[in-house]
Amino acid sequence: MVDLSAPISVQATLGRRGTRPDAFWRGLAIPAAIVIVWTATVHLGLVESRLLVPLERIVALPFFDEAGRHLWLGLGASIVRMIGGFTLGAFLGIALGLLLGMSRTAERAVGPSFHALRQIALFAWIPLLTAWFGNGDGSKIVYIVLSAFFPAALHTHEGLRTIPLHYFEVARVMRFTWWQRVTRLLLPGALPSIFIGIQIALITAWIGTVGSEYAMGIGRGIGSFLAEGREQFRMDVVLLGVLVLALVGYAINLACGRLFGRLLHWQGDTR
Amino acid sequence: MSQQAAVQAGEATLIIRGVSKTYRVDDRPLSVLRNIALDIEPGEFVSVVGASGCGKSTLLRLIIGLDTDYDGDILLDGRRIEGPGPERGIVFQEPRLFPWLTVEDNVALGLDASGTAPRQRERSVAENIALVGLTGFEKAYPHQLSGGMAQRAAIARALVNRPEIQLLDEPLGALDSLTRAYLQKELLRIWQQERVTVIMVTHDVEEAVFLSDKVVVMEPRPGRIGAVIPIELAHPRDRAAPDFIARKERILRELQH
Repeated sequence: MVDLSAPISVQATLGRRGTRPDAFWRGLAIPAAIVIVWTATVHLGLVESRLLVPLERIVALPFFDEAGRHLWLGLGASIVRMIGGFTLGAFLGIALGLLLGMSRTAERAVGPSFHALRQIALFAWIPLLTAWFGNGDGSKIVYIVLSAFFPAALHTHEGLRTIPLHYFEVARVMRFTWWQRVTRLLLPGALPSIFIGIQIALITAWIGTVGSEYAMGIGRGIGSFLAEGREQFRMDVVLLGVLVLALVGYAINLACGRLFGRLLHWQGDTR
Repeated sequence: MSQQAAVQAGEATLIIRGVSKTYRVDDRPLSVLRNIALDIEPGEFVSVVGASGCGKSTLLRLIIGLDTDYDGDILLDGRRIEGPGPERGIVFQEPRLFPWLTVEDNVALGLDASGTAPRQRERSVAENIALVGLTGFEKAYPHQLSGGMAQRAAIARALVNRPEIQLLDEPLGALDSLTRAYLQKELLRIWQQERVTVIMVTHDVEEAVFLSDKVVVMEPRPGRIGAVIPIELAHPRDRAAPDFIARKERILRELQH
């Protein structure tokens, strides 16, 4: 599970935007090497095992195989579930983060409970949630909401807390109204960190989606797809599921980096 | 325009009377300023020089109103300063521009707080950006500016409310010597053009003599006024002239006390 407690620096996460072409190709070196070694191992007959499936069979699976075709519906169901859970979780998280960061009273009243709750490993929620909401979609959605909620809240709070005091002095000297303080100082100042929170929340929501589907077996989803593959000992199905998981995660990161990089253009080139 | 006329008519006399400031460090009182007394006339350019830790920046923080916990009185037109006000502006040592706003929007911050009409806002912003020589950079973001340009934007931001008293806290301290000399001339021009009262804290004695009507020499631990030296030379001043050098050396002698 991703460590939700450590706020990640703005530069480290968003600095990757505008990746140069040579860096992109360099990043492809390891995956390419794995593909070559994998293919060679299988086709040269170096290893004889049902665990090692030729890559081309995995890629063909969602198009030409009865079990493989279930991928599409599963993937669709997972993405819908994730978007729902993420939206609610990130919204609540950002709201709580703003409240904690803007109100001393709220921080004193709610802060300790929040920080205690977030120490609970996400997987530990599963037995509780299934007891409360059953094995259906309710539990899964709540689980996804939780996985998006904590990083969103944490990074929003952190973003507000780390706005330099210097800027608050400017705001005082300029005699900002409350509204100006919020719209000109607090929100834009916290935005880079809020975006990181959203990015991490998306990833944890995705992991949470698959985890909940895998652990709370009933229903469609990429997690259930994986679980079925394992039960039928279809290694090709399992590997396909893992591959798709990784691709979706990668796409989320890429999209966030691009979008947030553009929205934070005022930071200049942080590389 | 009416605003400006009001400024010129206003008697923005600043009277500092018996001002002392004590911080508590590890539960022990630390006296930063002791018994400061100083009168500043409208339109005067006053520099404050002194070693690090003599409380000169603290004095500015008291005058701007960021710190109202002090003994004695700081009176502006007879009223005790109880917090920041539109008649006082400050330029800090660092530009402190908001990185997420363009030069234009940074300069306009002071106007937005006072609820200026859009047309007036636009005109004031353009005027002040032109005043500091940044025309053409209205839409630039702070990260795109050099140190000197950023500091000029900060000066425009402070001037936009037409303050009667402009405080400068080592405004050129972080700049290279060429930019510094250039901006000293710019400060002089802006001061003469706008007829504001300026109180500038600086480390640079030559800068103080070049710009000021009087130079306040402060002594450290606790911060107190050692001497007030009038500089009654005509502008523009020649840094190599014997009169100029004599004053500079007198101030340096005072500083070594």
